[in-house]
Amino acid sequence: MGRMATAESYVLAIGTKKGLWLATSPDRTDWSLSGPHFLMSEVPSIGIDTRDGRTRILVGVRSEHWGPTVFHSDDLGESWSEPENGAITFPDGTDAALERIWQIHPDADSRPGVVWAGCEPISVWKSTDGGEHFELNRGLWDHPHRSEWGAGYGGAAAHSIVVDPTGEKVHVAMSTGGVYRSLDGGTSWEPRNKGISAYFMPDPNPEFGQCVHKIAADAAVDGRLYAQNHHGVYRSDDDAESWESIAEGLPADFGFVMLTHPRRAGTAWVIPLKADGERIPPDGKLAVHRTDDAGATWKRLDAGLPEAEYNAVLRDAASVDGAEPAGVYFGTRGGSVYASADEGEHFTEVASHLPDVLCVRAAVVSAALLPAQP
Amino acid sequence: MNSAMISGDSMPADSAISVVLPSVLQPLAGGQSILTAPAEAAVTVEWLLDAVTGDYPALSRRLRDETGAVRRYVNIYVNGNEIRRLQGLVTAVVPGQEVLIIQSVAGG
Repeated sequence: MGRMATAESYVLAIGTKKGLWLATSPDRTDWSLSGPHFLMSEVPSIGIDTRDGRTRILVGVRSEHWGPTVFHSDDLGESWSEPENGAITFPDGTDAALERIWQIHPDADSRPGVVWAGCEPISVWKSTDGGEHFELNRGLWDHPHRSEWGAGYGGAAAHSIVVDPTGEKVHVAMSTGGVYRSLDGGTSWEPRNKGISAYFMPDPNPEFGQCVHKIAADAAVDGRLYAQNHHGVYRSDDDAESWESIAEGLPADFGFVMLTHPRRAGTAWVIPLKADGERIPPDGKLAVHRTDDAGATWKRLDAGLPEAEYNAVLRDAASVDGAEPAGVYFGTRGGSVYASADEGEHFTEVASHLPDVLCVRAAVVSAALLPAQP
Repeated sequence: MNSAMISGDSMPADSAISVVLPSVLQPLAGGQSILTAPAEAAVTVEWLLDAVTGDYPALSRRLRDETGAVRRYVNIYVNGNEIRRLQGLVTAVVPGQEVLIIQSVAGG
């Protein structure tokens, strides 16, 4: 155990279709829930930034009436701030308007202040001031493939951003378009989808156009990535130059979630769904599946989960924390949220009957930041 | 543009146009329910929105997106008619008139 329970605590931010809830816990088992914040606005993206000596919660909020915007809180939700002119706005000349913020990704500890965002319409943004102002990545925005990228059911968005420790290698995943890679910190981009099937297209092995649902990097193996696709679970060991299936051993190869361990090589989690006709946990039995050998084998994890569950888990409605052992969290479209303090071996229910869970993010914070427990 | 006057300023009714905000947006206008712009002649709704939201950029973003388009579920009424049934943002408004902003009954 590398962390002192007396000095640290845990925050779980839960973005739903009708607002944000925050849960805190001293032990990742007993949770205190507060909220809603931003009632009647959806919260599809959350970033918890614990760098630079503070805990900043960034949320992408979207009102059906009043549009999307980014708020941040430096006091665990006691107060929220919004840059007057908006943190993310399309510049003049693009003739585009922000529809939804799908991803807020604080960069590495070595680059404090840098925060990435992935948005709809398909776009990637970078902030160097802790998420208060973002700049559009023009290399991807002006990419010649843009007119051929499509929209999944939820919209056309860049939803995954993976940046390597050097900051030079950046992978972005978009639905639908597939995985794009930059080797120059985001200046230029090339599709990298070799080996990933797009069975729904006339050519099932196109250069781009795949419906990737989520990608994540292995924390300890340089160049290794994992992808959960619209059918298909894959691993790459060469920075996405090629992908190979690691779906064998899973009850279904469809799903939205892909999580990787914060430190350990070869460990990843998925939450399979049966598709395309059903879009439910296989046989109505919800389970997380973990690999500890980079996808060679999978272990079913369902201790503490309900016997029957017919709701899906969306791509960002799952997260890991940075503790040891790693915590695993996810929420369903039925409004249930589960937490595991032991890498998925056992789950406890954090909340139930919330609106559809769109995003969860968890972090280890100083216990001094939390309100006093009764 | 910062020519908008706040409600309560002394201004003859026929030399100003008022914009009435729904309660949910009033915190973004310093708590005001009505914003008023001076106007000696007919102006467009677009000009009026620029005028009254010039000091309140967060309010402006709630009403229109970056392209200037009125958000889908924001309704703007001139003389009781929603501007989409008139001439949209170039709909004329004359001094003394009141413009109502009302959110659509949408959602679930």
